[in-house]
Amino acid sequence: MSEDILEQVTQSEYKYGFTTDVETEIVPPGLSEDIVRLISQKKNEPEWLLEFRLKAYRHWAKMKMPNWAYLKIPEIDYQSISYYAAPKKKNLNSLDEVDPELLKTFDKLGIPLEEQKILSGVAVDAVMDSVSVKTTFKKELAERGIIFCSFSEAVQEYPDLVKQYMASVVPYDDNFFAALNSAVFSDGSFVYIPKGVRCPMELSTYFRINAINTGQFERTLIVADDDSYVSYLEGCTAPMRDENQLHAAIVEIVAMNNAEVKYSTVQNWYPGDKKGRGGIYNFVTKRGICKGKNSRISWTQVETGSAITWKYPSCILKGDNSSAEFYSVAVTNNHQQADTGTKMIHLGKNTSSHILSKGISAGLSQNSYRGLVYVGKEAENARNFSQCDSMLLSDRCGAHTFPYMEVNNDSAVVEHEATTSKISEDQIFYCNQRGIPTEEAVGLIVNGYAKEVLNKLPMEFAVEAQKLLQITLEGSVG
Amino acid sequence: MLEIKNLHADVNGREILKGLNLQVNAGEIHAIMGPNGAGKSTLASVLAGNPAFEVTEGEITFLGKDFMELAPEERAAEGFFLSFQYPVEIPGVSMVNFLRTAMNEQRKYRGQEPIPASDFLRLMKEKKELVEMQSNLTNRSVNEGFSGGEKKRSEIFQMAMLEPRLAVLDETDSGLDIDALRIVANGVNKLASPERAIIVITHYQRLLDYIVPDFVHVLFDGRIVKSGNKDLALRLESEGYDWIKKELE
Ligand SMILES: Nc1ncnc2c1ncn2[C@@H]1O[C@H](COP(=O)(O)OP(=O)(O)O)[C@@H](O)[C@H]1O
Ligand SMILES: [Mg+2]
Repeated sequence: MSEDILEQVTQSEYKYGFTTDVETEIVPPGLSEDIVRLISQKKNEPEWLLEFRLKAYRHWAKMKMPNWAYLKIPEIDYQSISYYAAPKKKNLNSLDEVDPELLKTFDKLGIPLEEQKILSGVAVDAVMDSVSVKTTFKKELAERGIIFCSFSEAVQEYPDLVKQYMASVVPYDDNFFAALNSAVFSDGSFVYIPKGVRCPMELSTYFRINAINTGQFERTLIVADDDSYVSYLEGCTAPMRDENQLHAAIVEIVAMNNAEVKYSTVQNWYPGDKKGRGGIYNFVTKRGICKGKNSRISWTQVETGSAITWKYPSCILKGDNSSAEFYSVAVTNNHQQADTGTKMIHLGKNTSSHILSKGISAGLSQNSYRGLVYVGKEAENARNFSQCDSMLLSDRCGAHTFPYMEVNNDSAVVEHEATTSKISEDQIFYCNQRGIPTEEAVGLIVNGYAKEVLNKLPMEFAVEAQKLLQITLEGSVG
Repeated sequence: MLEIKNLHADVNGREILKGLNLQVNAGEIHAIMGPNGAGKSTLASVLAGNPAFEVTEGEITFLGKDFMELAPEERAAEGFFLSFQYPVEIPGVSMVNFLRTAMNEQRKYRGQEPIPASDFLRLMKEKKELVEMQSNLTNRSVNEGFSGGEKKRSEIFQMAMLEPRLAVLDETDSGLDIDALRIVANGVNKLASPERAIIVITHYQRLLDYIVPDFVHVLFDGRIVKSGNKDLALRLESEGYDWIKKELE
């Protein structure tokens, strides 16, 4: 499979770096109670949601940005950011009403937005800047009682569900960025899978930052009711800009009895240029709860983009016999910095978690794994296995591993393994001798190294991820 | 086909090849013998274009092209193949994927379309039988966890797949038991053809019982100091290298 991909990939620049010329409505920069009210009003939100936002805002205003990560974060002026941007035309019911420029954007991104093109069986929700543009396949899903729509729409159409589950996994005061998101989030995706339903297709959201000087704050909520199953994918890109842009999202997952949620993401926000100018600051709170018995959540992430990544998709294993997985490939090149990992919180009995993290650092980048395995007092027979591998492609990059453990029950078995390797010149020369040029050789070797994780991704995503690994590392060796 | 003139090469600032001359024509099998450290593997590495070795003087011409101008992958695509003395492991990359990438890169260089998947798989099957390669080896990662003998067989299999014009086999026989040796040698013999030349680097005459060379050369202290036919290999086997040293004095 990957040889075709390697074929296709010839360009070394960030290929998603275009901007789209659609009319955009942007609120003035700055953050205040008035702005929060304005956002809520623009979205025609119920009173309880406005109250939630204001509570979050007031809390955030008292907080300080965290500084414990292995990241050098330049000062962020939160008053210079615009907190809401939306393509102007709204309330779209059919494709014909969508701004053709926007459709072109999604075409360029390779998103099968047009109904007739959707043979691949992927339902797509596309979020441009802050607003959800179109959700495909809605009707087919509705027949099974599956809800897959923009978060704003869910607020209007399914307020009880939203009210019941929103912030039940990530409270508004969880951390600085979660509080910020809770105050100003503009849109995102909402998924509800009813009892006993297996979602027949992959559900997918594409996030796209377009407007200048704006932050993107989406919020995703996935609820899988008893005995249900869903696989959800998320992709992200942004244009190339000299200044940094802020992205602070929240993702919450709830899995009830015997439910299974697979969440996969390929994060490819603009990483900045070779000198480290521009790029997205990506501060994201992702957390799932295995609420019911025998429930299961897996996070699979391929992180290639962003100037700074601060992200720890986590799991609370509350239900007995529940299990959780975290599979991650994080690549950093040039001046990128990533501090990413997971938290596995074992609370129920007979719970198990598996962590597999593959870091790849090149150029002058810094790449850290940070993980916590927590076993509560009542968590009889908890099992965890963590494997954290790092691969270095240059002498000037850094790879760091920060595994934390807190075990409060003697029956727990917690294991941790870590390795560090370098791509050797012998390996590259061996490939060269067989006719494979160095760039392709690096792609091949890196994809081999990351294979265990890439294999966990749904097919189309695996293909995209392999391409991205290759592109991200072009020019990084030799 | 291959012409090496007055080749000098350094590694880490130390001169290893010191004015080596060799001519190889299509259809010929050459054996290069010589004591440990004489520079046999260095010659193979220099031919392949390994950047760890610096050519300080001399010429290498392959099929009319100046080899020094070409990158290692270009030399490969021109039809040069090296069976490594110590093949490396590439974890997570299956042999199938590796070879298909290699083959398609070579084809791209030559202006050919990628090989269709079905043709590739048929070719794999055919060549596996040719070199008596166990089929599970090609599904595993490149050389990962292979025994010494399996690595060598995998090298010959890769050679069969890539169909080079000139192959250098660097100590492909060492570490093989007699059955494996016979299999590897059979594979090589099947690949010998009037358009193809083979250079076998070896310590032992026993390989040359199976792969019969047209020429035998002695590489000593960075130079080819003696050439002859297969009788030379027999004499080296029975008498060692001392008589050559004496001749040189
Ligand atoms: N990468 C290297 N770095 C330093 N010295 C090397 C390297 N490769 C080979 N040599 C030295 O070059 C000489 C010739 O080695 P080699 O070509 O491997 O000999 P042979 O294959 O004939 O046994 C030896 O002295 C060896 O130590
Ligand atoms: Mg040698």
